[in-house]
Amino acid sequence: MLRSSRPLLAASAAAALLTLAACGGSGAGSSAPADTLRIAGPFEVHSLDPTADGEVFTRLQVSETLVTADLQGELVPGLATSWSTSEDGRTWRFELVEGATFHDGTPLDAEAAVGALERVAAVEASPLSGAPIRALRAEGSTVVVELDEPHPVLPALLTHYSAAVLAPASYDESGQVAEVIGTGPYRVADVELPASVETERFAGYRGEAPEVERVTFQAVGRAEQRALLASSGQADVVFGLEPAGQQRVESSDVADLASSLQPRTIRLKVDAEHPVLGDVRVRRALSLALDREAMAEAVLREGDLAATQLLPPSLEAWQADVEPLVHDQQAAAALLDEAGWVTGPDGTRVRDGEPLSLTLLTYPDRAELPALATAIQAALAEVGVDLEVEVTNSSEVPAGQADGSLEMALIAKHFALVSDPLVDVATVFDPAGSDWGVMGWSDPAVTAAVDDLLAGATGAAAQQARETVARTAQQELPLIPVAWYRMNAAVNDRVEGFTMDPLETTWRLTDLRWGA
Amino acid sequence: MSGAAVRAVLARRALQAAGVAVLVSVLCFLVVRRLPGDAAYRIAAGRYGYDLVDAEAAEAVSTELGLDRPAWQQLGSWLLDLVQLDLGRSLVTSRPVLEEVGYYLLGTLQLAAVALVLAVVLGAAAGVLAARRPGGLVDRVTTTYVASVRAVPPFLLGLLLVLVLSAQLGLLPAVGHGDARSIVLPALTLGLGLSGLVARVTRDAVVEVQRSEHVQFARTKGLPERWVLLRHVVRNAAVVLVPYLGVQAVVLVEGVVVVESLFSWQGLGHALVHAVFWRDVPVLQATALVLALLVVAVNTLVDLAVLWLDPRPRRSEVLT
Repeated sequence: MLRSSRPLLAASAAAALLTLAACGGSGAGSSAPADTLRIAGPFEVHSLDPTADGEVFTRLQVSETLVTADLQGELVPGLATSWSTSEDGRTWRFELVEGATFHDGTPLDAEAAVGALERVAAVEASPLSGAPIRALRAEGSTVVVELDEPHPVLPALLTHYSAAVLAPASYDESGQVAEVIGTGPYRVADVELPASVETERFAGYRGEAPEVERVTFQAVGRAEQRALLASSGQADVVFGLEPAGQQRVESSDVADLASSLQPRTIRLKVDAEHPVLGDVRVRRALSLALDREAMAEAVLREGDLAATQLLPPSLEAWQADVEPLVHDQQAAAALLDEAGWVTGPDGTRVRDGEPLSLTLLTYPDRAELPALATAIQAALAEVGVDLEVEVTNSSEVPAGQADGSLEMALIAKHFALVSDPLVDVATVFDPAGSDWGVMGWSDPAVTAAVDDLLAGATGAAAQQARETVARTAQQELPLIPVAWYRMNAAVNDRVEGFTMDPLETTWRLTDLRWGA
Repeated sequence: MSGAAVRAVLARRALQAAGVAVLVSVLCFLVVRRLPGDAAYRIAAGRYGYDLVDAEAAEAVSTELGLDRPAWQQLGSWLLDLVQLDLGRSLVTSRPVLEEVGYYLLGTLQLAAVALVLAVVLGAAAGVLAARRPGGLVDRVTTTYVASVRAVPPFLLGLLLVLVLSAQLGLLPAVGHGDARSIVLPALTLGLGLSGLVARVTRDAVVEVQRSEHVQFARTKGLPERWVLLRHVVRNAAVVLVPYLGVQAVVLVEGVVVVESLFSWQGLGHALVHAVFWRDVPVLQATALVLALLVVAVNTLVDLAVLWLDPRPRRSEVLT
């Protein structure tokens, strides 16, 4: 008799538990602790190491860099109050701010900063590793960087999140980052990799204490869920909304959209040594075949994002007075005819019996890329170009370039990974080719112009050099611009003072206030 | 159940576990090698984020991890470590694999357990009720319920639940992990879907057992209906239901990928997808290993449970 009642007992216990769980939840889904700012975004945190996933910790203002950038991308003091270079440009001196302490209470000194930066410079993937650094040393409260050759963009490299300065106690005996002990206004309270980070106000911060006491960051992979979090008030700041989600937020009465143009261009990277794409007439024809405005309107829901040149308008200094890229199917067809590609029986153009077939790689990390790729496929089909689209891992782009199998790729790449776009422009137009830039293409005038700028050209000479780069890129189209990029976030009405940093250096949490 | 029978089950399953471990490890390794794309680039993308991946970074990764070693050497060192129960470190996060997979396993087990309990409570209750009068109103309502929860894919069901219970009513958080309330929606999504099948299997098993001679006899000897149901019907139906639930539990553990990603729930499905995407071979091998061993473990539990539940005498006892 006893034995037979066991399943019933278990079942009723489970039912009771579930009822409890459901009751515990009543009304709590949307009410939030008054002092906690809840942030949600698509990015997961895989590592505590600044050279790997450091951006979350600099954005949450836990860790800081020596130099940082303001909303316009101008360099401003971070942990260094001032910096200067020697006459020959080979020695840089960064004066550290006074009174800064790490979250474990130890003071920030030049030795700690040098130790942290040495680790960063040793990691191939960090921008700092590209600088010709001979030695780093501490001199009193100064960090001295000695270079093999002048490198005027060094302070800009130091704005990158990978160059964040962590306390010596952050590293375990094998040199791995075991804990993020930074110097920022917030300290890490709890981390659960890869999905959530909690921070709290750091009492020992050298500057003014921020109003928001606690911050939680939650990685949410699905855009639909993020939109629901924003529109139901379950998160205060939600990054990365898709067009449908944006509409949802716009029609909700708890949150508003904030956005800013990013210095990022969605573009086609083409192999300029390819038997077909090596012909500049073909590249121009592909460009003319694209109805960028319609694509931007349909996919990005904003026609104004259609790119008219490679460097986006937010990089004012790089805007050149060039003919904007236009959509002209007839001109495209004429150029293809001229290049010897004639329309075949099935509509696809042929030359010497070979059809005009190309393969385009793209990746799903940014939701709009596959959608744009299919739009491009349709546009090119109209002028007789057969395009196969392959959606794959983003790393296939550099890998395909390395083994020579890459024909075209649709990519969305930042022009200001560090605050000075010159660093990225120089990489993009590297005559030896670059993984996220040109492929099999170089131009002596562009190379000379970039070298001038890297060597520190200023004023009219610099303007001239920048124009040369922009103009040549527009004529030769080694990269075919498709659209510019707008970054958005939904911000709950209870939060005031939110500004979107186009460079995403930080999320400017210290500026936030609680609304009435 | 006799000790010998239990020992036989355990011995058979332990042998199976060892075989599965080696087979799964080798298969995983081979499959990853056959995947298109360069592993070093994938790993670098996972580590540094794709804005920073270039040929140099990939080269550095390849040198550091010895990816240029011959395949047999890489496989050999993994198997050697496996024998010593050392699962190594993740290629992407550099954290110990054991720690990482353990964390994800816990997440998945929690989710699967709550979902299974929900499915059994809802499904078995509906099944037993429906079986009391086959073809009656309750039975027909249950059939409709079964059809509708089976017809809606988990992704849609999950979103519907979020819309109603979280966005509209504000009862539960839409996403998250850790907080006790955040498990309810993902578990409900899985549990509801599964409860339909449980209801169907329970109903049919109960109907069949009710028609059997021993139940007729129990009734004839004047046992109250409640005790007939509990002692004879439920227990005998459970012999059918438990192995079925075992299979479902395995499907549940392996099939939670969509639900985990929808609710940002940290589980094995999530780990597996990321490990494949980034060619994190140690994590992939360990995850697949854990999943395979889980199948063996669930089957062992089912065997033991059936041994305990099944009222029919064991073969050995009949013979002696």
